[in-house]
Amino acid sequence: MSVVAFLMLCAAAMLGVALLAVATARMHATTGFIYGATLVLCVAATVFSIAALTGHAGAPTSLVLPLGLPWIGAHFAIDTLAAFFLAVVNIGGAAASLYALGYGAHEEEPHRVLPFFPAFLAGMNLVVLADDAFSYLLSWEFMSLASWALVIAHHRDPENRRAGYVYLIMASLGTLALLLALGLLTGADGNYDFEAIRHGARTSLTSAMVLVLVLIGAGSKAGLVPLHAWLPLAHPTAPSHVSALMSGVMTKVAIYAFIRIVFDLAGPLPWWSGALLLAVGSLSAVLGVLQALMQDDTKRLLAYSTIENIGIIFIGLGLALAFRADGMNAAAALAMTAALLHVLNHSFFKSLLFFGTGAVLTATGERNMDRLGGLIHRMPATSFLFLVGCMAISALPPLNGFVSEWLTFQAVLQSPDLPQWALKVMVPAAGGLLALAAALAGAAFVKTFGITFLSRPRSLEAAKAKEVDRFSLSAMGALALLCLIAGIIPGFIMDAMAPITRQLAGAALPLQARQPWLTIVPAAESGSSYNGLLVFLFIAASSLLAVWAIHRFASHAIRRGPAWDCGFPDPSPLTQYSGSSFVQPIRRVFLARTPLTSEEVTMSAPGDMRAARFTLTIADPVWDWLYQPFADVVESTALQLNRLQFLTIRRYLSLVFLSLVLLLLVLAIWS
Amino acid sequence: MELISALLVQVSQMLLVLLAALLLTGFVRKVKARLQRRRGPPIVQPYRDILRLLKKEVVVAENASWIFRVAPYLIFAATWVAAALVPTFAKGLLFSWSADLIAIIALLASARFFLALAGMDIGTGFGGIGSSREMMIASLAEPAMLLVVFTMALVAHSTQLSAVADLLASSGVGLRVSLGLAMVGLIIVAIAENSRIPVDNPATHLELTMVHEAMVLEYSGRHLAMIELAAAVKLLLYISLIGCIFVPWTLAAPGAAPATYLAGFAGYLAKLAVFGFLLGVFETAIAKMRVFRLPDFVGGALMLGLLGTLLLFVSRSL
Repeated sequence: MSVVAFLMLCAAAMLGVALLAVATARMHATTGFIYGATLVLCVAATVFSIAALTGHAGAPTSLVLPLGLPWIGAHFAIDTLAAFFLAVVNIGGAAASLYALGYGAHEEEPHRVLPFFPAFLAGMNLVVLADDAFSYLLSWEFMSLASWALVIAHHRDPENRRAGYVYLIMASLGTLALLLALGLLTGADGNYDFEAIRHGARTSLTSAMVLVLVLIGAGSKAGLVPLHAWLPLAHPTAPSHVSALMSGVMTKVAIYAFIRIVFDLAGPLPWWSGALLLAVGSLSAVLGVLQALMQDDTKRLLAYSTIENIGIIFIGLGLALAFRADGMNAAAALAMTAALLHVLNHSFFKSLLFFGTGAVLTATGERNMDRLGGLIHRMPATSFLFLVGCMAISALPPLNGFVSEWLTFQAVLQSPDLPQWALKVMVPAAGGLLALAAALAGAAFVKTFGITFLSRPRSLEAAKAKEVDRFSLSAMGALALLCLIAGIIPGFIMDAMAPITRQLAGAALPLQARQPWLTIVPAAESGSSYNGLLVFLFIAASSLLAVWAIHRFASHAIRRGPAWDCGFPDPSPLTQYSGSSFVQPIRRVFLARTPLTSEEVTMSAPGDMRAARFTLTIADPVWDWLYQPFADVVESTALQLNRLQFLTIRRYLSLVFLSLVLLLLVLAIWS
Repeated sequence: MELISALLVQVSQMLLVLLAALLLTGFVRKVKARLQRRRGPPIVQPYRDILRLLKKEVVVAENASWIFRVAPYLIFAATWVAAALVPTFAKGLLFSWSADLIAIIALLASARFFLALAGMDIGTGFGGIGSSREMMIASLAEPAMLLVVFTMALVAHSTQLSAVADLLASSGVGLRVSLGLAMVGLIIVAIAENSRIPVDNPATHLELTMVHEAMVLEYSGRHLAMIELAAAVKLLLYISLIGCIFVPWTLAAPGAAPATYLAGFAGYLAKLAVFGFLLGVFETAIAKMRVFRLPDFVGGALMLGLLGTLLLFVSRSL
């Protein structure tokens, strides 16, 4: 059986599991079975997609099912790009299933989560496998709806209902944009098959419109600024293993959609498309991380950090597009590899961090870090694994986040040879913003880990927390291990991406596995290199050497005592630094006098005994500026159209007649 | 034979940075003391301090976690590895290809990450204020440093430090506007990253403006020794970096005669002395800034780095 057929079977089996979950919704104790089944299916699908990625796909690589539109059927296919993203989806899915074996047991209403979880996984697999416009859009919408159902799983909270509503609107807008983009690509002849689209001829205006539409459609799902407003509402609302899937994996499916259409189907694009992506990407990176810093709800912080990482990926993709448009294929391959590697890395550490937050939520019932603290004593394993995730996402060597950022920086350094002046100015600015985002991300995760896990407990719940179950820990442990492995031997992963860049950018990086000592080099003639393995060994060796030397030759006496704190330790845990006080200097430096934050101090008059008040408001103004006017227009139009519902039968008949005439006229003019 | 000599250079450099770091710190203190018309402690005082700290028992707060106890060693290791990768007296270090300038910055960022976490571990007000301000300064200094690196990498077509030093030592480069901007930027970053005046005051312990000293307030004994040593190595690293990029002529090429190595060694000590003296003079001549004036100062480095990079994007010869 070919790999594509097997993967389709896996997706079908996931749908079957979803149906089973619906059928057994009223029964108890099916949680373990459902998640166990998705775990097995995801692991199998991972194995097969990695086989396809490494060139063992086997013939045939495509499959036509007699479903969907008549005479066209549903086309599914796997190439290396799809295989890579299938691996990302299914590794994330497997980790989430394993985690949910433990975490899902705490679910109060499991029948609101269980059926949709396998359906969501199946939807994501089908989007990546689809090979014609119709099944692609159908799977995309299925994925969106399944994740929407998961977002409103806890629908009794009005905030969750609002998040679900906003998500639904944004998902519809995104699908509409994708529908129009694919409609433009297929043209009037209705060549829904991707192979036919690839060879279709189109004007540069059409290509530009397709690019903008896909940027809206896929970009809104991925969370690009300014289309991100739904993401920090919806991702944190879902149960934590679903948040991990949405942030770590579903945004990657959106990246896949973008790459598939823009790099593969749309054909050659002008250089300014790269500039557009660079602008949007660097804006997302910086605004995403600044907003993330301001959050005290850990899940929302992670959601904003997803926006930052999507921005980094889009900087890579924008560079790739600009290089490709100017015929610098080797540099395009470098930028593309950096973006794809960051896709993989982000799916690892973002899932890990969401799992850790879920574990804290299970143990304490709190998402607000200002009511946590000191968990490192109560939850040692979780805190260690969460720390690995924090280090990886802060791009610290020798973990994986650093490798993809390093490659992106190397791609930026390839770009002074670009001929366009606009790009010559934009690329260094984007590089600077990328560096700024990386440094701010470090601050954001020092805050997250420091406030949540270190210091003294700020509430009774935090003081009484207990370590979580083994399933959750093993899922986090597996992802932490993957973060380390992808950080110290990234060369093998980069080699696996060579066919993708050869297909989409026309070149590939030099073979990394041939480099001595598993070093990675970004370009054949470049003198730059990085070796995660050696850096890891050096740090390990020198810290062990220091520990050994000190404990051998110097004192190893230790005494526990009260904290020093310059002689005036304060017993109340409320006097510690909190999340918002930790970022106050950064807020003052970067966000003072911007619409994103506002501070208000109310001092009572002299002699008045009332306490002074300090109010800090953190806002995301994109909602008021961009969406509210749009929503107002839609609402007033809907009210106008509402009148149509109260007409007499004669008017209805004349309306039907008029529209028929109108359509015939359009047809007559068209042909 | 070549391998052995390269290994020898690498190992001697790793030992050298450890030994010379404390000497440099003592020297800078001495210069400052003399400029303030004090006699000052002897130059070898930092060695004595470290040895004394190593012999003492460690007092750890009751609620300190393992992060607090592990962090000093990790901070020291990351800083030491980074310093071992910067050419001091000879180029072409055996392992220089394993990490480039970007990786060196990231190693220092790892050290800072753990230092900030250690500051927050006990949950005291001082630790929090130190960590919070350190991350604010880093959020400006780190991108500035990266942009300075971009400038040099664009001139040298490589982010590898040896390649940069090689190219700048050759006569083909000449005076360039972008490198001048990069040098000023790098010096500002070095001052900010090493908690020197006007950003922070390394000499005080009880002042509300302090950053680095506030984070390490709870440390004692061997832990404090490790952190002090790491701070000294970091200062040496930045001076070596400035020396190796902007005064690269004294660096001995790989496989050179022993006399050349000796000359490189002497040149390196001379560089340390000159830069250490200038640092002492600068610190004496300038006043400490308010914390919220810092963004203007460090942000200046960011702008200089960006300008340097931009110039090179406009023309490779600027």
